[in-house]
Amino acid sequence: MKTLNNKTSNELTVKSKTENLSLIREFVCDAAKGAGFDQLTADKIILAVDEACTNIIKHAYKYYPDGTILVKVKISGTTFIVEIVDHGNAFKPNSVTTPDIEEYYKQHKIGGLGMYLMKTLMDDVKYNSIPGKYNKVKLSKKIISAA
Amino acid sequence: MSEFTTSTKQLDGVSVINLKGFLDAHTAQVLEAAFTSLINDGKFNIVVNFKDLAYISSAGLGVFMAYIENIRDNNGDIKLVEMNEKVFNIFDLLGFPLLYQIFNNEEDAIKKFNEAKQSENAE
Repeated sequence: MKTLNNKTSNELTVKSKTENLSLIREFVCDAAKGAGFDQLTADKIILAVDEACTNIIKHAYKYYPDGTILVKVKISGTTFIVEIVDHGNAFKPNSVTTPDIEEYYKQHKIGGLGMYLMKTLMDDVKYNSIPGKYNKVKLSKKIISAA
Repeated sequence: MSEFTTSTKQLDGVSVINLKGFLDAHTAQVLEAAFTSLINDGKFNIVVNFKDLAYISSAGLGVFMAYIENIRDNNGDIKLVEMNEKVFNIFDLLGFPLLYQIFNNEEDAIKKFNEAKQSENAE
């Protein structure tokens, strides 16, 4: 297992604007590759983090552009962890159900796909909201040694 | 900042939208504008070419969901072509191949539109 490159900062703070999604993706891409993930797995982590941050911009901040999103990357044992913290509205993850794609089509529903993707692409997704203080999403992926 | 652009051409009575770059919650509006423009022109037979698309998130997938019903209500369709494995896998995870026809190339998708037109004329 490789360790994160020390020269790479393991935190990124950006404003809650969709134009910053590309910065977040680049940051996570570097971190995931630094942790030894292959491109395929790094792509999954990048998409999961994009979905989490898009949800924060849309639902926690409701497109208010001056909120902050903190993305923290760490390795705990053999697990790569991305923690995303915001100070927007509290999120109730249990209110989002797994989508039935044909029902979505019939009902013109679009939301909820991102959360389904996050759960599918990562090994574990945990939410922790302290209303009025912060929301934290923790995305985990096991690092499988190439050896 | 990531870039996303579309370009649209007309081929045998079918509109072909080429996607290039990164399609996410920031750039989805560019694709929305491309679909809106075609719909306003009464062009409902649409092929979307994914050859130069590097990335798609659910916000990009949502654009297809938002327009498909209106397009099919007008006897049109959105057919998808030249999708790379990475993008296809995301579509597949969400069950999109049930809802959209995916072809290897523009020619096959255009042929399908024209076959449908011929069978309508024959009826």
